[in-house]
Amino acid sequence: MSQALIETLMSAPYVARFGVRLDRKGNELTGVLPFKDHLVGNPLIPALHGGAVGAFLEIVAAASLMASQPLQRLPKPIDVAIDYLRPARAQDVYARAVVARSGRRVANVRVEAWQGRIDAPVATLHGHFLITPERRAPEAG
Amino acid sequence: MTDDIQSRLDSITPLIIDGSPHAVALGLSLESATPGQVVMSAPYDDSLIGDPESGTLHGGVVTALLDHACGMAAFAGFGAKDTPATLDLRIDYLRPAKPGLDITAEASCLKSHGLVAFVRATAHDGDPDDPVAIAQAAFMITKASKAAQEKARRAYTEGQIG
Repeated sequence: MSQALIETLMSAPYVARFGVRLDRKGNELTGVLPFKDHLVGNPLIPALHGGAVGAFLEIVAAASLMASQPLQRLPKPIDVAIDYLRPARAQDVYARAVVARSGRRVANVRVEAWQGRIDAPVATLHGHFLITPERRAPEAG
Repeated sequence: MTDDIQSRLDSITPLIIDGSPHAVALGLSLESATPGQVVMSAPYDDSLIGDPESGTLHGGVVTALLDHACGMAAFAGFGAKDTPATLDLRIDYLRPAKPGLDITAEASCLKSHGLVAFVRATAHDGDPDDPVAIAQAAFMITKASKAAQEKARRAYTEGQIG
């Protein structure tokens, strides 16, 4: 857990302006993107901007990495692949991440975002992040 | 034919940016739009910083800029008739953008047929040969995007916008 770093991320001007919230229950973390007019990409559908959804998924991925282990610095994205499964409507978006693998330098994360129903995801992200874990005493074995 | 596309691009592409609240919120602007390439930029702004320590823009700004530029290139690839929805977007962040510099994205539609368009883009902060990110994306004409396009066309001909 890297509480101070999570706060650094959440108070970064861009993230704060975005209005992203993190709901934490123990080590479980759900990101919440409350709907705001400025998140709309196409007002005629109306659908949220693909870039806004992608950015939200990246924020939840980074926050989840920091919630799962102590890091020295903010995770840096290496690459992300975002799949858009359904149009994201003008409503709140939620997202949860699974850290598939977290090594000494690189972590592999998958994030899923949904709106009305968790079994009807609107987008998924799969990405790699550069991480700098806190140095720990070598473990036996 | 190309001239037709170009005149539609000239009249419609500014609306796809100024009519998109998120693009406006990030300050995205159109540099040029031709059937072969779309160039857009995002201004450096303190309110878009993602890492307060280094002052670099948040990756999400680059994501939104690339998504928008790729979407416009797909729109051009479809003959500037239908606004497509993003199917997938893959981004490689080659290096952090330098604090204080605007970001420019150049997107080209490689192929479009029927319902799907394939797009490639690069984002740089001044030197196109030293990109900060590269992206590849696929776009699709969906029922929702088609309905929205129809609405826009009606509004446009009735003179409500433009």
